[in-house]
Amino acid sequence: MSPQDPIGASSRPPLQLHIPEPPARPGQAPRFDHLPFSPAGAIRRPDPGVAEPEMRDLPYGLIRVLDDEGRAVGPWDPGLDAETLRRGLKVMAQTRAFDDRMFRAQRQGKTSFYMKSTGEEAIGAAQSMMLDRDDMCFPTYRVLSWLWARDYPMLDLVNQIFSNEGDPLKGRQLPILFSARDYGFYSLSGNLGTRFSQAVGWAMASAYRGDTKIALAYVGDGTTAEGDFHEALTFAAVYRAPVILCVTNNQWAISSYAGIAGAESTTFAAKAIAYGLPGLRVDGNDFLAVWAATVWAAERARTNKGATLIEFVTYRAAGHSTSDDPTRYRPAEEAACWPLGDPIERLKTHLIARGEWSAERHTQMEAELADGVRAAVKEGERIGTLGQSKPPVRQMFEDVFKEPDWRVLEQRRELGV
Amino acid sequence: MPKMDMIQALNSALDVMMSRDPDVLVFGEDVGYFGGVFRVTDGLQRKHGLKRCFDTPISEGGIIATAIGMGAYGLRPVAEIQFADYILPAFDQLVSEAARLRYRSGGEFWAPITVRSPYGGGIFGGQTHSQSPEAIFAHVTGLKTVIPSNPYDAKGLLIASIEDDDPVIFLEPKRIYNGPFDGHHDRALKTWAESPGSDVPEGHYTVPLGKAAVVREGREATVLAYGTMVHVAKSGIEESGVDAELIDLRSIVPLDIDTIVASVRKTGRCIILHEASRFGGFGGELSSLVQERCFYHLKSPIGRVAGWDTPYPHAFEWDYFPGPARLAAALKRVMED
Repeated sequence: MSPQDPIGASSRPPLQLHIPEPPARPGQAPRFDHLPFSPAGAIRRPDPGVAEPEMRDLPYGLIRVLDDEGRAVGPWDPGLDAETLRRGLKVMAQTRAFDDRMFRAQRQGKTSFYMKSTGEEAIGAAQSMMLDRDDMCFPTYRVLSWLWARDYPMLDLVNQIFSNEGDPLKGRQLPILFSARDYGFYSLSGNLGTRFSQAVGWAMASAYRGDTKIALAYVGDGTTAEGDFHEALTFAAVYRAPVILCVTNNQWAISSYAGIAGAESTTFAAKAIAYGLPGLRVDGNDFLAVWAATVWAAERARTNKGATLIEFVTYRAAGHSTSDDPTRYRPAEEAACWPLGDPIERLKTHLIARGEWSAERHTQMEAELADGVRAAVKEGERIGTLGQSKPPVRQMFEDVFKEPDWRVLEQRRELGV
Repeated sequence: MPKMDMIQALNSALDVMMSRDPDVLVFGEDVGYFGGVFRVTDGLQRKHGLKRCFDTPISEGGIIATAIGMGAYGLRPVAEIQFADYILPAFDQLVSEAARLRYRSGGEFWAPITVRSPYGGGIFGGQTHSQSPEAIFAHVTGLKTVIPSNPYDAKGLLIASIEDDDPVIFLEPKRIYNGPFDGHHDRALKTWAESPGSDVPEGHYTVPLGKAAVVREGREATVLAYGTMVHVAKSGIEESGVDAELIDLRSIVPLDIDTIVASVRKTGRCIILHEASRFGGFGGELSSLVQERCFYHLKSPIGRVAGWDTPYPHAFEWDYFPGPARLAAALKRVMED
């Protein structure tokens, strides 16, 4: 500073624009040292009734139950019986079998589009099994495991993916942008995040009526940057809505790594703190941890303690959809190096370690599931794949309004249907 | 029958519906204890309780998303957006969600929500308290758009909107909340009490959506208007000396096409009057519909009188506002064609 420059303007460094970049791109060795991981069993489990300020350490840890040897350890172990775990394993394996078959079907030209949830199957499976039939899930397109956990008829979903005459959504939606009200599965949309805040309204309605139902909603890591995310957290906190708000942080939003959504500076779970909500950061590839976190958050919701934000740390092992090739933007071997492993393998190892499962039974189960998927797809193909069969065109003009107005009726006549 | 202004009539509609149906609740910015910046929700919280009429964060997207979620649950929420100029943060929720939910879910879910919002200019509100966004919503398949022009219609249309199972954008012309403003800003405002449409039953009644009103019968031309412009049109027609028929559309979706077509076929001339700017305005759609259905009955080109294609300017409010003189001039012009 000088008399000529009393505020020191001349000595300021040039400003630098920061653009986050992932630790590894194609051709480089995968690295995950930017992510904080805790050992299994290391994170304390506060009573679900305690006040939020008492647990502001939780968003920075990682709640894990299954250790590297497949043992269930620590205070978050939900103590599930083997039958429940075998059921969870089956749901996850069915999700993967279905995904693999439908991905191939898209490649064979039987449908336009598909999205796999490979590596993320534990989340929808455990939460669907744990929550009540009356509760409502506001899904993303990567939680079809929710439906399989509730024995959704596979043929109906195949028909939707083929947009054929049997499609319950009457040929109106992109494959797997589904809706299944009776299975607690709210209507999906391609607009990311919009249903996150609707879930809060749904939960508020349950509380308004004095009912006992709670809501659960998902967004991905990328969508936390949308206004809807913040609107949802604000309304959930303000009105103490009985809702579980989940971020499935699978590290990638198409080709943008989670750092582009803000993960470079903090965790997604920690976003809860500013809203005065509990934030849990949970191993999303650990069926037991997902279950335990959901039990905890559901108890808060059901006892009028309000909402919880849960970040599930997971990894999108497949591409975003059938439309992208992940080896173009990340190392091909990154999925195999993911430190939290594969959710199916981890639960399988745990069950085997408990003497409740075997490699042979697992192989047999996978074969049976593949047969089941094959049979459903064959049945769907009999009705017709995309373009071979479609619902009556007349239905295109239905459900715009409850009762069609003159425009719709006139245009239906104009089309001659 | 009691006399009510628009604000009292809208308040009465909300009160009647909250009394009849426990699933009806009201929320928005400042609507609770305070009763709304225009007083439309005055007293509702006191009478019906905190849970039935409450304040929200300043978050239009959040307000509409909450309403959609509640609607999907089975409630009939009535959300207020304080000014229609501020509805745009909720645009995605209205366009991509409320409007499409029934269709995309194959009828499994729907959003029976009513979104009330004061709109239009003439109050020196500048660019951000004066806009008329009705055409934007009319263009969106799956939304209904309703605009009342007097207290009786306001109450009946609002009740019909709340009872409707589809999402309704209910735009309240704020310039006529307190009296039927006819565009003569330099004259004293008439009160509703001394004007037609202010005899409002206390109880429940509806004015159906999609039924226009013939406000004035005429033989020489048809004027299509809604909201504040109905009153501007009345004055403009009188000042023009043209024997024009005036139709108050009351809702632009659903649109009462039959009443419009019958009138234009009778008169052979059509002027469309709206406050929103002209290019891409709802007048363009009306003009096309009239042309398609009445071409061989037309004696002159269809005219549009509208706000200019500029933002709504503060100092030039009355230069921008399509007042009675502009309508009168347009009517005289079509009579000469």
